[in-house]
Amino acid sequence: MVNFTAADFTALTTQREVQGISRPALSYWQDAWIRLKANKRALVSLYLVIGLLLFTIAGPWVWRVNPAAQDLDQIGQPPGTDRAGRIVDDIQPWFGDEAAGVTSVRVSGDATTQAVRLQWSALPGANGHRVYRNMFALGQERAYGIPIAEIFDNSTLYFVDRLDLKPRHYYYFVVALGPQGELLDSFESIEVDVQRVTTVDEAIEQGLGEVADGLQVGDRVNMTWHPLGTDYLGRDMLARLMAGARVSLLIGIGAPFLFVLFGVIYGSMAGFVGGRTDQLMMRFADFVIALPFLLFMILFKIAFGIGPGESGVFPLLVALVVLMWPATARLVRGQVLQIREQAYISASQLLGAKTNYLIIRHMIPNTLGVVLVTVTFAIPSAIFTEAFLSFIGMGVAPPTPSWGSMSNEGIKTMLTTPHELIFPAALISITVLAFNLLGDGLRDALDARMRNTE
Amino acid sequence: MWLYTFKRMLQGVLTVWFIASATFFAMHNVPGDPLLNDRAMTPAVRANLEAKYGLDQPLSTQYFIYLRNLARGDLGISFTQENREVNDIIREHFPVSAILGILAILFAAAGGILWGALTAIFRNRWPDYAIMFLVILGISVPSFVVAALSQLALVNINALAGTTVLPVAGWGTLLHMLVPAMVLGLGTMAYLTRLMRSSMLEIISSDFVRTAKAKGLPPARIFAKHQFRNAILPVVTVLGPAIAAITTGGFVVELVFAIPGLGRFFVEAVQQLDYTVIMGTTVFYGAFLVFMVIVVDVLYGFIDPRVRLE
Repeated sequence: MVNFTAADFTALTTQREVQGISRPALSYWQDAWIRLKANKRALVSLYLVIGLLLFTIAGPWVWRVNPAAQDLDQIGQPPGTDRAGRIVDDIQPWFGDEAAGVTSVRVSGDATTQAVRLQWSALPGANGHRVYRNMFALGQERAYGIPIAEIFDNSTLYFVDRLDLKPRHYYYFVVALGPQGELLDSFESIEVDVQRVTTVDEAIEQGLGEVADGLQVGDRVNMTWHPLGTDYLGRDMLARLMAGARVSLLIGIGAPFLFVLFGVIYGSMAGFVGGRTDQLMMRFADFVIALPFLLFMILFKIAFGIGPGESGVFPLLVALVVLMWPATARLVRGQVLQIREQAYISASQLLGAKTNYLIIRHMIPNTLGVVLVTVTFAIPSAIFTEAFLSFIGMGVAPPTPSWGSMSNEGIKTMLTTPHELIFPAALISITVLAFNLLGDGLRDALDARMRNTE
Repeated sequence: MWLYTFKRMLQGVLTVWFIASATFFAMHNVPGDPLLNDRAMTPAVRANLEAKYGLDQPLSTQYFIYLRNLARGDLGISFTQENREVNDIIREHFPVSAILGILAILFAAAGGILWGALTAIFRNRWPDYAIMFLVILGISVPSFVVAALSQLALVNINALAGTTVLPVAGWGTLLHMLVPAMVLGLGTMAYLTRLMRSSMLEIISSDFVRTAKAKGLPPARIFAKHQFRNAILPVVTVLGPAIAAITTGGFVVELVFAIPGLGRFFVEAVQQLDYTVIMGTTVFYGAFLVFMVIVVDVLYGFIDPRVRLE
């Protein structure tokens, strides 16, 4: 038997801070931000996205060039072309020089971007002549280039070429025509170096010099600067890319936000109400998902039509929202159903939380991460859709630029002026790439369940 | 399983009916007049034409006539090429698209599975990085740009070789099909590669693979018998959407490579507002896509017993 004395019973001293939290508590978003920052690819993409937004929003304030203004002296200019030009007189009609003894084809006066005046003497056995222009020398296939004139008679032995001349090297071919207008074998050729010129009026209109400066014929001027060149109508590429970015990103970012918003409302309602209504709502969503997406986009665009002066951006937005919401709705419904069964919801309900409080405090914050990831992944697909539709001529109507329609225009001249295709195509690719990588990063950072195994 | 198939088929028919109706009413909503062209038309001629095309009937009657014809498989006569039936157009041009599409799918599936498996095996080493870089490029560059650039490359290759190694555009021989099919399948291949990679990685770290290793199976056998066959399953599920992507992607590729397929015809019809051709091909494409998805889903049920239970 042990005899206890009062001394054996001493009160224990309470030990505090045994299981204290030693580091500051991180909120969900702080944690996500730290994870995102650790992901180099995602961070670079984030900077790219910010840069693109700056390009779109602030760009037109910095580069104040009207995207619709045409610079007719510089059509289809690649970036970095020499801008030096000469001022010449307004064009005068010309009917061949009187000068006798023209034997082979020759150029009268200067060959300029304003006009190239060709004169020749009749080829042996010719009943007429056809004039060709080419950018390349004659190869084995005897491809003369583009026919620019056809004269079925030997009395006219001159031609003024004013067709889309660029300051570069051209080959002209004058080919003899037979009695039926068929090509004969005999031809003559000349190589021409075309110089860039402009007239006084145009120079003043373009703001190349003040009238007070006394611009005169023969003066040398520097043409307007187009950092990224011009397109096939002489419009500034940089300004057009910025204007196109507004349209492409409005569709690319605006549509996903709208349809995700709609999907969230629809899905959370279905998930929250449950029962028959949920079944019915989800059946409808399944049905919309089953529709072939691009086919219906085309159908929508045809049905809406584009009136004169309309850009067709609004119908595109509506069509995207109408067709793309169900995936988000499904996802959000699943999330809501899952969260509803969680223990912390029951705990919250036991503590007396009302539905509104549950939605605002638990449902929305817990689904926000998934929704954000969905938006980020929906942006590239919306941009692709816009580009695809514009490419087949069903997207944004000209003259409104979008990256897709610019690519569509650029693809037609990609052999001679590849920059018209490369710039918009590169912007589409970079944007899609940035949002894809950012989406990957956000998914890994925000959602532990969807975190992939990379 | 049969009940499931039957249900899906019923759902598919319903979807096709909806597509047909939506197409019909969308086309009726189009601003403009289908009979309006450059030639002046007397009221009598106009009335005759309207009677011929049934345009003088009320909308509901027109709709039922349309549905009845559709049920009979009659899609009408082209508006712009008046001696051609839409059925003939589809019969003539769809096989071309189908061959191209099948080639593209084969290319995408084979490439995606192969590259995906490779990246998973060489995880975080240079083959992985190189392939994933190309994959991300494949996902980010629009197909028309890839098509145009590959044409440009072909022009240069042919110029360098001095002869036509591969034709730049057109249709006819297998050589014509090669590059367009690769371009068409590229996006899907990139997508499948990613999918295959993550599915492989998941399998590699699973319990049954560890058990197989513990049993002392050679790595090649583990790969073939345990990893590969399981990893391939998710790839099969996305074949349905992949078929849809390749079909609509065909619109662009056929246009760029001047291939006389149905896709190009559809886009041209859309641009010329050839109403009957648009309606006919939309319904045809819609039915085709809906049923391809169903076929893939049902097949998946046969392949993977776990799905059947649901």
